[in-house]
Amino acid sequence: MAGVQVSNVSRSFGAHKALDDVSIDFADGGFYALLGPSGSGKTTLLRQIAGFDFPDSGRIAIGGESVERVPVEKRRIGMVFQNYALFPNMSVADNVAFGLSVRGEPKATTATEVQRALDLVQLSKLGGRRPHQLSGGQRQRVALARAIVTKPRVLLLDEPLGALDKALRVDMQIELKRIQREIGITTIFVTHDQEEALTMSDRIGILRDGRLVQEGPPEEIYDRPQSEFAATFLGDANIFRGDATGDGIRLSDGTAIAAGAGAKLTAGARASCAVRPERIQISTGAGRSDAGGANVLNGQVSKRIFAGSNSTYFVDRDGQTLKVIIQNTGAERLAEGQDVVLRWSPESTVLIAAV
Amino acid sequence: MAAQGATATRSGLRSALPLLAPAYLWLTVAIFLPLSAMVFFSFMTELSLSGKPWAFTLGNYAAFFSQSLYLTLLLASLRLGLEVTLWCIVIGYPAAYVLAKVLKGRSREAIFLLVILPFWSNGLVRIFSWAMVLREGGILDTALNAVLPFKINIDLMYSYPAVIIGLVHSYVPYMVLTCYLTLQAIDDSLIEAGRSLGATRLQVLKRIIIPLSMPGLVAGAALIFVPVVGSFMEPRILGGRTGTFYGTVIEDQFVAVFNWPLGAALSFILLAVVLVILAVASPVLRRAA
Repeated sequence: MAGVQVSNVSRSFGAHKALDDVSIDFADGGFYALLGPSGSGKTTLLRQIAGFDFPDSGRIAIGGESVERVPVEKRRIGMVFQNYALFPNMSVADNVAFGLSVRGEPKATTATEVQRALDLVQLSKLGGRRPHQLSGGQRQRVALARAIVTKPRVLLLDEPLGALDKALRVDMQIELKRIQREIGITTIFVTHDQEEALTMSDRIGILRDGRLVQEGPPEEIYDRPQSEFAATFLGDANIFRGDATGDGIRLSDGTAIAAGAGAKLTAGARASCAVRPERIQISTGAGRSDAGGANVLNGQVSKRIFAGSNSTYFVDRDGQTLKVIIQNTGAERLAEGQDVVLRWSPESTVLIAAV
Repeated sequence: MAAQGATATRSGLRSALPLLAPAYLWLTVAIFLPLSAMVFFSFMTELSLSGKPWAFTLGNYAAFFSQSLYLTLLLASLRLGLEVTLWCIVIGYPAAYVLAKVLKGRSREAIFLLVILPFWSNGLVRIFSWAMVLREGGILDTALNAVLPFKINIDLMYSYPAVIIGLVHSYVPYMVLTCYLTLQAIDDSLIEAGRSLGATRLQVLKRIIIPLSMPGLVAGAALIFVPVVGSFMEPRILGGRTGTFYGTVIEDQFVAVFNWPLGAALSFILLAVVLVILAVASPVLRRAA
């Protein structure tokens, strides 16, 4: 087991820069998500780490050893593919045994290792089946068992849960996390599903157009996004644009918004503020004082979407539509068209430098 | 599963009939009737076209067993079929692999066209052009002597290798096409998965690609082996005196000796032998596939 260091890696396909000077440090034993929209370079980065493709420039090290020119079969990695890529001509047990048998491991050790791996993914009794006789979730587990049975240094997962339905996906998220903890393997997994990235990983790297936008623990990226893209791609955010005032921004209509977090910007520079929809309180405004230094805006409810445990209000304010999510506690419900007051604390407001 | 399939077939048969009828009608008229006539001929003492009296006999079949020549020729033809099939695999499979897995887009189309070009040229023209290439003082001989510093005589004409060359040329596209189809169906991620598990390219080939493309190899082999065993044109033109095979003897009965009953009987013995070979080989091959 080992950490992975990606340093200044670039890769172009023709005129298209798939990866542009990307550096990330994946610490030993961590669970990392590479998150980004399609075409952001996340899969290209994973394939560079796997060794299916080599970078044009930059360095990739696994366990401190440079591997950027080492072919995939010599990198000792384990990989789970989006479509599982199980060998249809082999039984489940033979699929799992493949990595050990091409290495020439003795039959007896191979059999014990295969059984142990199948036990780990809770498929102990299905070794004799063929891949086409398994359900999607079971195939997923076989692919995982096959990838870890060789005791790889790193486990790479390419949108591993993308082909599963929602309920099964949540099960597999928990399962995958359990297995990862149990064997303590450095895991890098590619996804475009922000929820999956938030719930599963220790750290998230957000990619966009071949560049690393932000990297850090999920809470940090969610609470302290460093760009509008990071704020809106990982979770929802209301974005205000204006001029920096030192401790916040001033909107074009003169309204000041105080930010307690984020970048330190010199006054006058173009800047944005991001606020999460669930941090905003919404009320009719009656009988409330404006004390406490909270940010206050007036608006009008344009739409309300009821979603069981919570409701989403869309509030129009000066040509901008803001999103507010409120837990359904049984209290007053606001009607569409009603004038409302929005309040949120400066601590929930992140100042972002304009790009 | 099988029973379910059978019911589905039965209920679908009525609506499928208009679609099936033309093909089966054609097969009945064009293949079944002449073949039945041939079966009939093979039991006749004499072809009665000239009004001569004839009777039923098993003599035509007995002739095969009474003269060792026929058995010798049949074995030679089977060997020819085996060798041509093997050469087609050796030449065709790598070509199919490159077509399916290495080349993309335009270059694939171009190479593909070159592979199926022999299909579009007349068989006889193909064989005679080989004759021009292979004979002494022919194209191959002249070309090699123009390049090499020493004098060599290449005269492959009227030899066993010439027959092999001509037949392989005619039949290799079948192997390329059938293998191409199965190879193309293999997902690239399977190959990548194999390599990520530490398998070398050779191990991936042996343990994943070849087993998964076995149906194509088997289909190609069957498509080649059967007609080659009965072939007569290539052996006759390119083989000359050495080109006497089972197929040429059958052809002789029809066009030279005019002994249709014996020719028909020899054909059906060949058909039976080939069917037995395929029946014996198919479980083995299916397991391999």
